[in-house]
Amino acid sequence: MSATNRDGLAAPGPGRRTRAVDVLVIGAGPAGLAAAARLAAAGAGTVEVVDREEQAGGVPRHCYHSGFGLRELRRPMSGPAYARHWCELAAGAGATVRTGVSVTGWAEQPGRGTLALDTTSPAGLERITAGAVVLATGARERPRSARLVPGTRPAGVFTTGELQQAVHLRHQRVGTRALVVGAEPVGYSAVRTLRGAGVEIAAMVTDQPRHQTSWASGLGARLHHRVPLLTGTTVTGLLGRGRLAGVALRHRDGRTTTVACDTVVFTGDWIPDHELARLGGIELDRGTRGPAVDTAFRTAAAGVFAVGNLLHAVEPAGTAAREGTLVAVPVLRHLADGAWPGGQVPVEVDAPLRWVAPNRIDPRGPRPPLGRFTLRTTRTAGRLSALVISQDGRFLHRERLRRGSVPNRPLYASADWIDGADPHGGPVVITAG
Amino acid sequence: MAVTTSGTLPDEVYDIVVIGAGVVGAAIARELSRYPLRIALVEASGDVGDGTSKANTAILHTGFDAVPGSLESRLVREGQRRLAAYAAEAGIPVEPVGALLVAWNEEQLAALPRLVEKADRNEYHETRLIGADELYALEPHLGPGALGALAVPGESIICPWTTTLAYATEAVRDGADLHLNCRVTGVGGGAPHELSTVRGPLRTHILINAAGLYADEIDRWLGHADFTVTPRRGQLLVFDKLARGLVRHILLPVPTALGKGVLVAPTVYGNVLLGPTAEDLDDRTATGSTAEGLAFLRERGERILPELLDEEVTAVYAGLRAATEESDYRIRCDPDRRCLTVGGIRSTGLTASMAIAAHVVELLTEAGEKLGEPSERPAVRMPNIGEAFPRPYQRADLIAADPEYGRIVCHCERVSHGEIRDALASTIPPSTPEGLRRRTRARGGRCQGFYCGAAVRALFSPEGTSEAAGGPGGPGSTGASTASRASGSGTSSLLPEVGP
Repeated sequence: MSATNRDGLAAPGPGRRTRAVDVLVIGAGPAGLAAAARLAAAGAGTVEVVDREEQAGGVPRHCYHSGFGLRELRRPMSGPAYARHWCELAAGAGATVRTGVSVTGWAEQPGRGTLALDTTSPAGLERITAGAVVLATGARERPRSARLVPGTRPAGVFTTGELQQAVHLRHQRVGTRALVVGAEPVGYSAVRTLRGAGVEIAAMVTDQPRHQTSWASGLGARLHHRVPLLTGTTVTGLLGRGRLAGVALRHRDGRTTTVACDTVVFTGDWIPDHELARLGGIELDRGTRGPAVDTAFRTAAAGVFAVGNLLHAVEPAGTAAREGTLVAVPVLRHLADGAWPGGQVPVEVDAPLRWVAPNRIDPRGPRPPLGRFTLRTTRTAGRLSALVISQDGRFLHRERLRRGSVPNRPLYASADWIDGADPHGGPVVITAG
Repeated sequence: MAVTTSGTLPDEVYDIVVIGAGVVGAAIARELSRYPLRIALVEASGDVGDGTSKANTAILHTGFDAVPGSLESRLVREGQRRLAAYAAEAGIPVEPVGALLVAWNEEQLAALPRLVEKADRNEYHETRLIGADELYALEPHLGPGALGALAVPGESIICPWTTTLAYATEAVRDGADLHLNCRVTGVGGGAPHELSTVRGPLRTHILINAAGLYADEIDRWLGHADFTVTPRRGQLLVFDKLARGLVRHILLPVPTALGKGVLVAPTVYGNVLLGPTAEDLDDRTATGSTAEGLAFLRERGERILPELLDEEVTAVYAGLRAATEESDYRIRCDPDRRCLTVGGIRSTGLTASMAIAAHVVELLTEAGEKLGEPSERPAVRMPNIGEAFPRPYQRADLIAADPEYGRIVCHCERVSHGEIRDALASTIPPSTPEGLRRRTRARGGRCQGFYCGAAVRALFSPEGTSEAAGGPGGPGSTGASTASRASGSGTSSLLPEVGP
């Protein structure tokens, strides 16, 4: 067994420097930067954001399309400009933003006392202890392998994240003719990036009966970019050796075809980057696969908060940033009183609903952001559908979905029923009625 | 000593040419390079270990279940000892996790005592029968219904990529030539042998055929028709590192009349492997996965380790074992024609490789070939890409000496800029991003390039002229630029094949 120091932590390995901060934010995307900005401005003490990338800003760094910041900053910005905005705000408020710093693990399981994380950077190894930790590690798109798409393993297979970085940040050539898999908003971002890079787009395919973006975006892609959309269609295999030669497709009615292309982009199908949370033994929500959090962004581990798309893969950058801003109050309160609630009531969903966030409630706690819960469904439903919320068989709330439900698009449920929930009762269950 | 990737071949008569730079051919070249001989290792692909050797179950076997008395049994047993010792010296990641053959029904349970006897006849005496209670104590995440198991503590997991690369690196450093992108298209009838290759003619006094899936084809050019290779495809699923805690041992199936079944095993990179399938095919290039194969594996995996199926899949791959109509290895020397064939090395080639190489030297000597006096030299020291030993990102001393080892490029696998730089400047540099992955693990993790793909590619082709390949690179596409970059690189490294 290794020796322990005064804090009861295992001694850091040779050459590992130890430092202390008041708040350590992990991930310098919109959520993490917004949290750091508000915390530093509110006098939380030393607030440090670490990010493993060489540049802060998160995913918007490589989203070159406009439309960022409209809601909260009231002006349209490109992704990189939006990323810069939050970097400047965090730094301007007095937070330290350190890039090229990878958090490699917890010095001990969080929630049992001292919070301490180990990092690697070109400056060496560190162990950073903190009064509170905010996880803002974001989400990634599932790659081809995780989607279990069979076939060969040729070059020319991307996710949108890799595509955008290749084109916008590295100015690499991509290919000549591409198939885009997925028709949620990020798929349309991929279309724009491909077209900007001079790549012909053979088609977009989605296994859903329709696209899942705004009507304007969908129509624009079809008319402006002349991208055919194949609905009810799944990818059954990749073909080609060395370089991708084609993608095999199957329509719901059984028809099959092969699209000749040298590039395929797998878009959407997000999964939270929950590795650090899991390494710390922090409880995950079964639906979101992110840390289970209450309406104040508290995880099951005392002192550890989580915000952004780690909690709900994915919502727009503005939503992530809003959560970062909102986490400041509970973090400050925890720094002041050290309290951490226990015995919260889980909020669960039944199929065809996929997940709900936040997914723990403390009936005495705050309302979730904008007074509502965010959900996803796996199935399209019409305008007459509704969400029904109950606890231990007791009806709590019913909510009509005015626009019906579409997979990969947010559904919202009001939080007005929270006061009626039994703090000692079983899980609150949301079903589609 | 030279590594060539394009252009015509040297106009000389080699003493020995080895066809095929898989794990077996590379081991043979390494063994022969100790002798005062001119050796060439020729390979159709742009990299060493780019066929079956890169796509297997990565297990260092004891040989407990080989056919007793067979050549395979002897060479696996010897090879296991040799490779275990060599791996420790050369820094090849090995973890002696041990195996459990899990019996799921009475028939399998009844087969276990016979396997103990078989192991004894294969001179492996450490097996032990264990009951269900002990089994579940050892593997608490095992699915319900297991009746007992046979423990084989000597089974280990190993890095197949580093193994082949270490052999080939040592051969090249000892003076052997390695000719890549050099498919052999024919063998002439005279002496010396005149080989036709896609890069022109190549002459040699002695020819060694270690061409794996194509060994029978080359044999026929030499006038032999001993065997036919029937590729047997094995598809495998690699699960996320977060699944590593679910399994401690290699969980082997009990072989029955219905075949060998599917295993679950940790990998030295910290993932969990599920596979392989066993499909006899005609196509020697059919290394694709299939929906049926993956569904089959998931169904089997669900039984063995149910929680595994909740984890993300990091990679899917398929390899082709070079099966023949005979169950044993086909290693034949033709003293008259001065050629030797190493064929039918199916699943155990990685384990047996060093013993096969020693066996080849014996056969050549018996055939009257004068190989000269072997010289002893220290083993190479390879960069560590395994999880059981400190990786550069964990080493304060290394990062203090060179901060590039603290600059992580591939976050999922925690591969530093320093390691990528070293691999690109190594004795046998990668010719594709996939080759770089096998040397460093860069871009091999759960995100498969979402975060690092473009950055890794920028390091691979700093000129920025090559395509953003978005996945495995094409074979041989960048051979020339790789060679020039490697020779032109002036950067010194703390770790080039001199790992921790």
